[in-house]
Amino acid sequence: MTTSPSLYQAQQELVDEFAMFTDWQDRYEHLIELGKDLPLIAPEHKVDDNLVRGCQSRVWLAAEPKEDLVHFTADSDAMITKGIVALLVRVYNDRTPQEILGASTEFIDRIGLREHLSPNRANGLSAMLDQMKRYAVAFSATTGKG
Amino acid sequence: MNSTAVKPVFDIAEIRAQFPILKELVHGKPLVYFDNAATSQKPRRVIKAESSYYATINANVHRGVHTLSTKATEAQEAARETIRKHINAKHAHEVIFTSGTTASLNLAAFSLGQLLLKKGDEVLISGMEHHANIVPWQLACERHGAVLKVIPVTDSGELEIRRSDDQMIRQFTERTKIFAISHVSNTLGTINPIKGLIAEARKRGIITVVDGAQAIAHLNVDVQDLGCDLYAFSGHKAYGPTGTGVLYGREELLERMPPWQGGGEMIDVVTFEKTTFAKLPFKFEAGTPHIAGIIGLGEAIRWMEDYDKAAMAAHEHLLLEHATKELLTIDGLRIIGTAKEKVGVISFVIEGVHHYDLGTLLDQQGIAVRTGHHCTQPLMDRFGVSGTTRASFACFNTVEEIDSMIAATKKAVKMLR
Repeated sequence: MTTSPSLYQAQQELVDEFAMFTDWQDRYEHLIELGKDLPLIAPEHKVDDNLVRGCQSRVWLAAEPKEDLVHFTADSDAMITKGIVALLVRVYNDRTPQEILGASTEFIDRIGLREHLSPNRANGLSAMLDQMKRYAVAFSATTGKG
Repeated sequence: MNSTAVKPVFDIAEIRAQFPILKELVHGKPLVYFDNAATSQKPRRVIKAESSYYATINANVHRGVHTLSTKATEAQEAARETIRKHINAKHAHEVIFTSGTTASLNLAAFSLGQLLLKKGDEVLISGMEHHANIVPWQLACERHGAVLKVIPVTDSGELEIRRSDDQMIRQFTERTKIFAISHVSNTLGTINPIKGLIAEARKRGIITVVDGAQAIAHLNVDVQDLGCDLYAFSGHKAYGPTGTGVLYGREELLERMPPWQGGGEMIDVVTFEKTTFAKLPFKFEAGTPHIAGIIGLGEAIRWMEDYDKAAMAAHEHLLLEHATKELLTIDGLRIIGTAKEKVGVISFVIEGVHHYDLGTLLDQQGIAVRTGHHCTQPLMDRFGVSGTTRASFACFNTVEEIDSMIAATKKAVKMLR
């Protein structure tokens, strides 16, 4: 039922992509590029209801069911945050709720962006992930396949 | 100052050598620490004072008859006396130990609220207050049906007051019972002219509370000269340990104020029918205090007193001027807070650059600044920004570090535009 590549493969692809960069500047420039490539969120989804709580920048994260899968769109007013949410969308988008709930986030560390995994309230990665997982739980409940 | 051996020359290398953390690398780069308004770094003497308490005299204070308890009590009370002298309070029992400015202000707001506020009364604060000097008063006003009033802030980040009239503050009314004001703004760096404002409040019988969190490490604070009723500050922003703070209060007022928290240490006699309270300062110090931290705080104050405060302030002012001048060379940069009288705090925004991105990229280059609303959301609204990047300096910072920040900022801006 899942799309190709698998969630794990998508993570591995990102790890390989980032492995080409040896210094922080290239890594962050790539992250910013990923953010710029993130497809535009529909204006009707860029609303306060879709703001992720717990980020220092504003992050909108919307989810819609797409058959059995969860379809994510996102945006942010900060470029690095947008890059981070783009990473997550690339990995978690169009997956089943079960895949999303079962996935590990250790690839962020392997990418060399470990600082974004800290529970520091200022950086919103864990808040974004929580919201993605909440959507997954909600969808699995409505489809009865959780 | 009170120390007998003030060091005449301000030797930055000698000062830096006393801060072990300054040898740390961040992302492989030398640490440049510009987040002193959040918490300052600690000199070795403070770290040692705190740890040697645990290693040699750890015991609860004011309770045991045994030797260690006596020693711990003496060390804690010596710290209280050091602080009394430093802020020129009349009595050591006017110095109440708390966990920080936030706890001090909550104590003040709870207790003064009980004592003074009735329905329709007013509490006056300013538009540049930290949330810790807003929310406790809001809660007190809600409890007693009082109203919170606010002195607006000008475009330069100063209080909107009249300079020469006999009423500098328009918002004082017959119903104003409490005036709570920051000595120095944590976001803007503005030094408020509190002495005159306090004098005006006192003439009207208004109780004055000063949030001195950002002042204590940078200005001479003389509570008798200021004439304030209460003065709150944190130890950790003044080279002392986290979890320490002080509420100074005028004896006569503290005697009238009801206790905030109940428990051990703050009582005289307890029966199930009625409890009588301990004398000052213990009435306000329920439970076991942060003894190690208090001893460390005493050492931090003694450490500061070993230096010529004027030379220290001049050094910090030099840093502020240099940073201001150099930051303004960055295209699209706007400084929020351009008051004439400032401490070494600079908040800024850069057109097209989000403060979160800038803070992240500065961190990658070893530079620690604060980004966000700095716990002053109403002030952010006033200036129409969602947040700022804030660099805040301490005596151990250098001009070279500022140059590193400027270069790093330029690099970050290039990446983000």
